[in-house]
Formats: sequence, C-alpha cells, structure tokens
Amino acid sequence: MKISKAAAAAAVAVALSLTATACGGSKQDAASDGGASGGAKDKIVVGIKYDQPGLGLKTPDGKYTGFDVDVATYVAKELGYEPNQIEFKQAVSAERENLIANGDVKFVVATYSINDKRKEKVDFAGPYFLAHQDLLVRADDTSITKAEDLNKKKLCSVTGSTSAQNVKTKLAPEADLLEQGGYSECLTGLENKAVDALTTDNSILAGYAAQDKNKGKFKLVGLSLSNENYGIGLKKGDKELQTKINAALKKMVEDGSWQKAVDKNLGPANFKSEPAPQITEGS
Amino acid sequence: MFDFLDSGQYDVLGAFWVTVQLTLYSAVGSLIWGTVLAGMRVSPVPLLRGFGTAYVNLVRNTPLTLLIIGCSLGLSQTLGINLGGETFKETGFRLAVLGLIAYTGTFVCEALRSGINTVPVGQAEAARALGLSFFQVLTLIVLPQAFRAVVAPLANVLIALTKNTTVAATIGVAEAALLMKEMMENEAQALFAVFAIFALGFVLLTLPTGLLLGWVAKRVAVKR
Repeated sequence: MKISKAAAAAAVAVALSLTATACGGSKQDAASDGGASGGAKDKIVVGIKYDQPGLGLKTPDGKYTGFDVDVATYVAKELGYEPNQIEFKQAVSAERENLIANGDVKFVVATYSINDKRKEKVDFAGPYFLAHQDLLVRADDTSITKAEDLNKKKLCSVTGSTSAQNVKTKLAPEADLLEQGGYSECLTGLENKAVDALTTDNSILAGYAAQDKNKGKFKLVGLSLSNENYGIGLKKGDKELQTKINAALKKMVEDGSWQKAVDKNLGPANFKSEPAPQITEGS
Repeated sequence: MFDFLDSGQYDVLGAFWVTVQLTLYSAVGSLIWGTVLAGMRVSPVPLLRGFGTAYVNLVRNTPLTLLIIGCSLGLSQTLGINLGGETFKETGFRLAVLGLIAYTGTFVCEALRSGINTVPVGQAEAARALGLSFFQVLTLIVLPQAFRAVVAPLANVLIALTKNTTVAATIGVAEAALLMKEMMENEAQALFAVFAIFALGFVLLTLPTGLLLGWVAKRVAVKR
C-alpha cells in the first residue's frame, strides 16, 4: 500500500512538472517569436553620458536629453525598441570599454571617438558625428583666433582628456593649462576671467554655450584643431548589430531626423556642425 | 601587456615624485598646524578652546574633495588668491598643499590630544608647582611625552595623507592620479594593467612608511 501511494504521488509530481515545463516552454517560444518580429522584447540598456549638456544629460527630474540620447533612441527604435523600453546607464569615459565587454550595455553612445586602441577592445558603428577640438572664450574676447595665440594664455580643460593632452604635446605647449575635474568648473574660471579659454570638442562646448544660463556669455572660436569621429561602441565581433546600427544611422540621416536632432540640441549656440559623416566602420 | 610604458609618453616616476612632494610638504605643514590646534584644544583660554573644537569638528567632517575644490574655485579663481603662484601648475600645487594641511591637521590634532591624555595629570601638576607657565608645561613636559605615545596613530595619518594626495588631481596637480586618468583615456585596452601600476605604486609608498614608523613607535614608546 505504502509503495503504491508513493508511486502515485511520484506520478502526479512528474505529470505536474511535465505540464509545467510544457507551459513554460510554449510561453517562452511565444515570447521569442514576438521578439524576432520586433514586438515584445523587454528592455535594451544603452550607455550615455549623464553630464554633458546638449549631448547626454540627465536632468534633475530624471529625464534624458541631448544629441547622443536622440541618436540612441532612434537606433533603438530601428532595432525594435520603443522609447519606454530603453534603459539608460551612465557610461563615464574610463568605463565605456568595460561596460560593453561585460555586456552591461548593448551599445554606448557617449561622445565616443573612434580610434585604433579602443578598437582592440570594442567595435564601433558609425561614425554618426564629426567633431573638432575647439576653444570657448568669453563673448567679448577677440584676442584668440588661432591655436598659437594660446601660448600666452590661460587655458582650461578636463583632467586627462584627449584635448588637454593635445594642448600639452602639440597645440600650445607654452600655454598655462589648468586641468579641472569637469567642464562646469572651467566655466566658472572663464566667467571670472581666471582663465581665457576652455578647450575640448566643439560639440561639447556648444552644448554648454547653448545652456539657458550661459546664453550670450561665451562664443566658440571655430577652429578645427583635431578630428573626432564619434561612433557607437558595441561588443567586439558583433557584426550583426554593427550592420543594423549602421543601417539605422544611415536612415536617420536620410529622413532628416539627424539634422533635426543637431539643430535642436546644439543649434542655440550658433554652432555650425559638419554634415553627417560617411559611415566607415564595418562596411 | 605593459608595452605602452615603453612609448616614453608617460612619466610614471615623475608623477609619483609629485605625489611624494605633495605628501612631504603637507605632512610637515599639518604636523605644525595639528600641534597648534592640539595646544588650543587643551589651553586654559575658553576662546582658543572653542575655536579649536569648532575648527576640528567642521573641517574633519568636510569631504577633502570639497576643501580642495573650494581652494581652487573659491580662493584662486573667484577671489584671485594664488599664494604667489605664477602658473596654474604652481598655484594648483600650493592650493592642494593648503587644502591637505587644513584637512590633515585636524587628524594630527586629535591623535595628539589622545597622546596628551596618556600623560599622567601628576606630571603637569608637578610642572606647574615648579612655577612653569602653561606654554612651558605644554612644550617641555606634556608634548614630548605625548608625541612618543602617538607615533603609530600619526603613521596612520601619514599613510592616509599619502593616499589623499590623489584628490589634488581634481584641481589639475600633475601627480599620480592625474597621470592615471590620462593613461585610462588613452590605453583603454589595458585598463587593468594601468590600474595595477598605480595600485602597486601606492603600496610601495605606504607599506615602508607603515613598517618603519611601526618600528619607531615600539622604540620610543614610554613604558608606563
């Protein structure tokens, strides 16, 4: 009697687990079917900067604005994700490669210049934007017109950034360079005349100059001291995603959304952006 | 893995030398300032005692980053106080030393005050009975014994100071942490190698300090 009871219980258990797995299985199938046709995938994680007005900025009320954010949203839409399915994650410069390599983010849109050393660790799609290193000066300052003028000037940039290194090694080794933790600190110095110019990519400068509180105070000199091709960083070897993102970027330029995003985010600073660059990565 | 060091682009030793200089200047400065503060905190004058207590509690509980950025943004860029520095390089270094002294002095003061508490009250009473003034009691009798008791705690403060110098990178002092940021920007493919170099550098700076001063502490301690 005992044995048959146990056997019955076991049979019930097996039957239950079988139906349960069958259920689970069929549900999973349905979900992945939907996913493949571009419907009910849950979330996509995208790395952006949180602290660059005009490009990637997290506002105090938790919204995200900027050109990079618009590009990320457009690309995600082309990959089949609605805006409410995008989860933004902060990608500070030093951590971008690791975020991608560890799979914490699907791709990174964060003023990410394409270069060979970075390509050892990640792949890029794009470029989607061509920026140049430039100078931001006070609106009434006319004493700086070329890079050599900087040798007698006080200059500010962010600690360790490529722009700061360019100044030290190439552009103006004689310049008195102050390296601060962020561009906001530099702006304080620029406003108080403690420094004469602030240098980094013109897109970032334009973002700051276009902020409401800074309107009319500063101007871009308009030099092209370097070429920075911003790309979208993604996992090394993921050719499929690279091709998809490249197609999305191409479409974004063709249907005019690209220009609209540039004008909306960087326009107020009278920033003349380059036309959208040719896509060179992975094709 | 470490081949990027061969390019000659990075002066790792030079950067650590700036770290050492920052540490030494700040250590000497905060030892002096900390001793003065400790003197204030045990002095018979209520005003000095009040100032000492207020200063120590305020500054010790303010983040160092805030103090150093305050020196740079507030003193230098807004008020134009550059401590005699001509270039940002000089000014930054001096401001960083100032900030580190202001901060570390409070920890030296508290370590020293605990040392003063190890000196038996009878010592000070006897000295006073001989007719010594407060200043004489403090400098001739109490502090010499107090210092011998707190070598080990002061070594900890020195080690913390060595590591705290990295905060100076935020105002552009070209020490180790700033070079690390540069290398991370350029050598993203070797992030962990870069990290390892600087971690090792700081171990090499602080470990001998700890061992040496630990030995000194044992030698000079007053056996009661």
